[in-house]
Amino acid sequence: MDRLKSFQFIERLGNHTIYYVQDLGHMGLFFLWSVLGVFKRPFKFSPIFRQIVIIGANSIPLIVFTAGFTGMVLGLQGYYTLRKFGSEGLLGSAVALSLIRELGPVLAALMVTGRAGSAMCAEVGIMRITEQIDALECMAIDPFRFLITPKWLATLVAVPVLTMIFDVVGIFGGYLVGVVLLGVSPGAYLSSMEHSVETPDINMSIIKSVVFAVLIAWICTGRGYYVHSIRGAGFGAQGVSWVTTQAVVMSSISILVWDYLITAILL
Amino acid sequence: MSEAIIKFIDVVKSFGPQLVLDRVNLEIEAGKTTVVVGGSGQGKSVLLRLILGLLRPDSGKILVAGKDITFMRRKDLNEMRSNFGVLFQGAALFDSMSVFDNVALPLRERTRLPEAEISVRVSRVLSLLGLSGHEEKFPAQLSGGMRKRVGLARALQLEPKIMLFDEPTTGLDPAKSMEIYHLFHETQQQFGYTSVIVSHDIPKIFKLADQIVVLNEGCLSKFDSPEAIVTSEREEIRSFVQNTMGHVYLSKEME
Repeated sequence: MDRLKSFQFIERLGNHTIYYVQDLGHMGLFFLWSVLGVFKRPFKFSPIFRQIVIIGANSIPLIVFTAGFTGMVLGLQGYYTLRKFGSEGLLGSAVALSLIRELGPVLAALMVTGRAGSAMCAEVGIMRITEQIDALECMAIDPFRFLITPKWLATLVAVPVLTMIFDVVGIFGGYLVGVVLLGVSPGAYLSSMEHSVETPDINMSIIKSVVFAVLIAWICTGRGYYVHSIRGAGFGAQGVSWVTTQAVVMSSISILVWDYLITAILL
Repeated sequence: MSEAIIKFIDVVKSFGPQLVLDRVNLEIEAGKTTVVVGGSGQGKSVLLRLILGLLRPDSGKILVAGKDITFMRRKDLNEMRSNFGVLFQGAALFDSMSVFDNVALPLRERTRLPEAEISVRVSRVLSLLGLSGHEEKFPAQLSGGMRKRVGLARALQLEPKIMLFDEPTTGLDPAKSMEIYHLFHETQQQFGYTSVIVSHDIPKIFKLADQIVVLNEGCLSKFDSPEAIVTSEREEIRSFVQNTMGHVYLSKEME
């Protein structure tokens, strides 16, 4: 009996391993095909443009709102911490550096994941379960070129731009609290920023936002595309809701892990 | 006898422990209508997916127009698929696009026709299928029968040599089913396509068939006419007839 159980355990272990290796393979091939989709003809701008509006332009209000409050709370926290050391004048530099290096790219990416990534995943997933992707393949229309690649390119354009907007609005939020409410001198706020923020900081922000954009597009469209073969996802509407949740969780975690890795490499 | 345009040679397909097709051999002749019947979950849709190369067999070969598609490269497979038109079970319309855009999609993506010409062609096929005036509607605003007609219009757009129908009348009332059959008959006359119809609609669907294929527990039996099925002596076919058509259609001997 015990022997039988241990055999079952080994069988299950093997089964799970095969599944995860297969899933990893799927996602790897998916990455490759999405990238190759860029080079497939006919190349059309209008779907990419439409996706930029959906993923990017429509996210601007959310990004401005989040960035404004993040900057303001940074201003508030920074002011009371810096005051202990009598260096309120460095508030501008503290706010700008934390935003540009860390909070801007990370929070903008997390917001895009929640807002547009989930939508991408659900859209692709529903197209899969209602045979729309099969229909594309049957019409000999490459689903990557037609459906996936425009989302990738749009995310690659949108996330870095949204990150820049996040940084600028955040810095302004810090200014609002630090200078207007708490009385730090405007000159000190701006000049401390000017002296401490350097090109590598901006580069880091851009590199991070590009990497995060790839992660969001890859994970969110990929999970939706494979909704039918993901174990435990269930079928139909439930399957789509399951993979959408999974996509958001996986993207968010990968963003935080890669944030650490990139910081460790670039600093 | 005309040549076989689709040929299955010893095709085996299983999903995990479930054997769906067990060394199946099948020939589908050009210009003819083959009807595939069988109980639920007997692998009828799998058969269609294999023909389209959406699934690959575990072993055996599938020839389409003389070419083996089993290990075909993606590019060649795409080329091959342009011979096919498919009407999916749920019509598989793109639900974020209007009826017009749905039907225009194959022309916009696969050809270099100017928009004016596309518009003319789409209107022509829509009026053929009685859909004029519904161009701006979205799939969600259409009835089941209309959705199938839009699906058919889209499938016919590139003038396919082979049409595959996955349960074209499931979920439709008898009048609407007749309408679909009628359209099927008309469009086949006009376009001269070979068709493979997977259906539950027994015995009505038999009227369209030149060849009938019964799928049962992974095995496949061919018949030239509905009568041949009904009078078959084989146990599994008899039980299939009894289960799907009821006693009315059993042979006189049984009565």
